Order: sequence, then C-alpha cells, then structure tokens
Amino acid sequence: MTAPLLKLSGINKSFGPIDVLHDINLEVKAGEILCLLGDNGAGKSTLIRILSGVHKPTSGELLINGKPMHFNTPRDASDNGIATVHQFGGTFPLMSIGRSFFVGAEPTKRWGPFEVFDRKMANDIAVREMRQLGITRITDGNRLVGGLSGGERQALAIARAVHFGASVLILDEPTAALGVKEAAHVLRIVLQARKKGVAVIFITHNVIHALTVGDHFAVLIRGAKAADFRKGERSRAEVTDLMAGGEAMAELEAEIESHL
Amino acid sequence: MKPNHITVPASDPSANASADKPKVTLGNLFRRPETGSFIGLLSVFVFFTIFGGQTFLSISGAASWLNVAAELGIIALPVGLLMIAGHLDLSVGSVIPASSMTIAIVSGHYGFPMPVGIAASLALGLVVGFLNGYLIVRTDLPSFVVTLGTLFAVAGLTLGLSVILAGSTSVALKSDPINKMLFGDFIDGKFEVILLWWIAAMIFVDFILSHSKYGNWILALGGDKISARNAGIPTEKLNIALYMGSGLCSAFVGMCQAILYNSAQVSAGQSFIFNSIIAVVIGGVMLTGGYGSVIGIVLGTMTFAIVNQGIYYTGFDANWASLIIGVLLLAAVLLNNTFRTMALTHATPRAKAKESK
Repeated sequence: MTAPLLKLSGINKSFGPIDVLHDINLEVKAGEILCLLGDNGAGKSTLIRILSGVHKPTSGELLINGKPMHFNTPRDASDNGIATVHQFGGTFPLMSIGRSFFVGAEPTKRWGPFEVFDRKMANDIAVREMRQLGITRITDGNRLVGGLSGGERQALAIARAVHFGASVLILDEPTAALGVKEAAHVLRIVLQARKKGVAVIFITHNVIHALTVGDHFAVLIRGAKAADFRKGERSRAEVTDLMAGGEAMAELEAEIESHL
Repeated sequence: MKPNHITVPASDPSANASADKPKVTLGNLFRRPETGSFIGLLSVFVFFTIFGGQTFLSISGAASWLNVAAELGIIALPVGLLMIAGHLDLSVGSVIPASSMTIAIVSGHYGFPMPVGIAASLALGLVVGFLNGYLIVRTDLPSFVVTLGTLFAVAGLTLGLSVILAGSTSVALKSDPINKMLFGDFIDGKFEVILLWWIAAMIFVDFILSHSKYGNWILALGGDKISARNAGIPTEKLNIALYMGSGLCSAFVGMCQAILYNSAQVSAGQSFIFNSIIAVVIGGVMLTGGYGSVIGIVLGTMTFAIVNQGIYYTGFDANWASLIIGVLLLAAVLLNNTFRTMALTHATPRAKAKESK
C-alpha cells in the first residue's frame, strides 16, 4: 500500500552536451496525484518522454513496483501500464467515439468465417466508461469525437487509458487549452481517476489547478527538482514565487557566472 | 448558461448506454456523410431526366452510364480507401493500360493460356502497388509525388516494352469463352459483366471499412498518423496493403477492358486518374483523409457517370459535360464540408433545446 507504484531515482538526461534533466528523484503511489510544476523549458516534457518510453534516460533508474524498467518504445511503457494523455487528447476528430476509443484494440465478434468489428459493444463500453468519469451528456457512441468539447475529449482519452488498464496516468497539461469551466470538469475527472486507484502524474504550469487536486508536488527548475512537498505544506503564493522566483534566481546566477 | 455536463457521482448504476438508441430523424439523416453525395446524385439524375427524356431513362440509357460507373467504381473504391487513409494514387492511370497490355502480350501475342495472362496482369498491379506503398513508407515523401513518378515510369515502361516485345502499341487478344463470360461480356446485350464485379467490390470494401477492425485502422491512419502509430497500428504495412489494393483493382479493370474489346492499347486509362479522384471527392471523402464512406464513394461514382454519359441524351454539345463536372465537384466539396460541420455539431435534443432558449 505504501510502496510507490512508480519511482524515479537519480534520472539524468542530456542531449549531446546539453543537460536537460539533472538527478531527478520522484515517486508516486497508487491513488495519488503527483503534480509536476514548472515553467516552459524546465524539462517537464523531457521527463514525460522518459516516462512514456520515447526517450531513454542517460543515467538513473525507473522502477515500477520496485522493479527496474527499461523502455525502448512507447509500446513498452503502455504494456507496463503507463498511459500518456496529451494536451489535445490524441484522438481523431472525424471518428466516432466508439471507434476512436478502441483504435488499435478493436473488439471483434465472429460472424461465420468473418471477424466483425463489434461496433455496438465498442460504443456501449466507450459511453459507459465516459459516464463513469461523470460525462453524462454523451449517450450515443456513434457521434464524432470532433463534436465533443475539449474537456470531454480529455475525458475520453482518460477513460480510454483507464479502461485499458493504465496504472500510471500521465496528463500533459490537460487544462492548458481549456476555459475555466472546462478545466474544472477535467480536474474532477482527474479526481475520479484517482478514486479508481490510478497513480496520476499531472503536469501543469497552473499553480491553482495543481493545488486543487494534487497530493504531492514537485517543482522543476532548469531540469532539477527545486522543491518537493505534500499537500498543505506550502501556500499558493509560496509555490508561485518558487516557480517564478526560482527561475529568476537561476537566471541571475547564470548571468553572474558568465560575467566572471 | 451552459448546461453542466458533469455530475460528480461516478458509479451511477443506471448508466446504461444502450437504453438510449439513436433515433432515425431527418436531422440525423442530414448528418450522414453521404447526404451531400446523395443530393448531388439526385439533382443530376433529375436534370438529365428532364433534358435527356425517355432515352436516358430507358434500359440502354441506364446501361450506358452504369457501365461507365462500374469501370470507374472498381477503381474509385480502393482509391477512396487510400484517400481516407490520407493518400492519393495517380499511378492507376498507367496501371490500367499496363495490365491490358500484359494480358494481351502474354495471352494474345505469345499465346499462353488465359489464366497465365490474367495472373500476370493482376500481379503487375500488385507489384506497382507494393512499390508505391514501399516508396512512400520508406521515403516519407508525399504520395502525390511518388505516384506521379510511378505513373510516368509505368507508362514509359509499358510503351517501351510493348514496342520491343510485340512490335506495336496495340495488341489483339482472343479470349476463351469462359473468361470472356467472366470478365468481358454483356448481360442481356447491354450491361457489362464488370457491373457484377463492381457490386462484389462494394460489398467487400464496405466490409473492410465499416465492419472490420481494418476500417478503424484506415480511419485512424488518415485522422492522425502519429496517434495511430502510438495506438499500435502497423501503419506501414497498412499503407502498403492499401496501395496494393488500388494497384490490383486498376489492373483488374485494365484486364477486363482488354478482354471486352479483344485488344489493348498503351494509351488507354489516363482519364481514370482524375475521374477516380473526382468520384471519391463528390462521394464525400475528405481529401486530407480521416473521413468517408463506401456508400458515398458509390454515389459519387454514379453521379460522375451520369453526367459523363447523360450529356449524350440531351441536345447539348458533349463538351459541356466537363463544365458540369467541374461545377459539381466544387458544389460537392462545399456541400460535404457543410454536412461534415453539421455532423460535428451534432447535439442531443436536450442540449439543443437549451441552446435555443
């Protein structure tokens, strides 16, 4: 119960001479939301790519349930229960909800010698899974994904990840492109996913959204972890200062160094 | 105020999706992707019924445009699948004469048995299709450029080899009765046998697109290539298979033409390049991929064929047919865009009722 589901220990990543991530240690438990905060260029995206198997760390270990893992492809990561949902949901606007829910994992039924795509089952499951996350407006899985709002598309992507057995859900700026109300919807859905026992890594640069849902917070500045605290340990002003001020301090230090 | 779509209690036991069956209403009908193409077909049919009169409506009138539709339709179906997957195939224009020449040279000039000639010409289509797909997958170049290249390369090869092997750009072919009956005869003296093959192709391609998992893959590939690959779809194999499909179908039409006309010419078939694209686009398939249906492609093909042949039943000069096709194409694309937008803004009656307040 208390053992972390996913653990990063001493992760370093450099692209040629450029160090992007420096000695990152993080852990997230099942049913917990870890918020990863940081301004643009702090290394959040690189960290996501390492978690989702796109990049390999230069050094350091990634452990799932205490077992070290080596991901060569995004497929390896998803086979180990790590699902990544990108800002725009990674869905297909002109496909039906049922179809896009099951892309690459279509349910089929036998019909004589043929394997037939079971559209009814796909639609029913997609609609049911979205309902479980609180999207009740959608009743027809034949409708096109493009007709959904941004928040509903996020919900579809999250529902899909949860349905296919993701135990770690990485959400890459899910609220960034959304309006205030839509963002609130997505935050509720994130809480629903946590309730189901999923470990959530929530990447954002919106401090308010992070503090609303997070259990555990990590702030990245210039590729290094600048702070690591739990819910209630820091105020909103402190976190905002940390993100902005920390960045400014690092810049100042770099400037002084370059003058010497 | 917008309705609050999200309610917090998660495990709602009454959440039973199948209880809400989508109803067939006029509004839903208008949101089908084929609606635009159906309106197009209906309007050209009415137009030529008025100006073409009895002869256009007669059985021989119907046969004249259905025969054109069948030949075009067999090619438009796989070209449509490719377009849904986000690709074009221009090389059909030279695969048709190349396969015609292949069967005529193998079975006509050299006198091999017909099945050998048929196999050779179909194999040629598969090889060109494989080459198209392989080059596109490996080089990541736009399919327009790659298939334009193979279009010319195959055309040149056909011309050159025909002159070397047969000493002519036109070769006669005498078919045995069985193959003549299967591929190049007339039913009732009017309808080409290829019509039946078209119907078979419709059923097969509709099965692929709407009722098999591969249809889902094709839609996903055209919708978003990267997401499709991340979802575990073998996008490269799928691309190659689709090109082999269009190569095979073009070769089939070329072979049937050679058997029907008892001869093959190197120059036949160029008109199919744009005609197939026009038929598919009138049929509501999105040029950039990700959207389309078999019914739409079939309706688009019939629309094209009616304009193409119907003009001869009117008092107008046949040259006006191209004008009608051009205007129709533009109208169809605009109409299809409108219907697609309607499909995307498809709202439940409840939500609509609130919006109208």
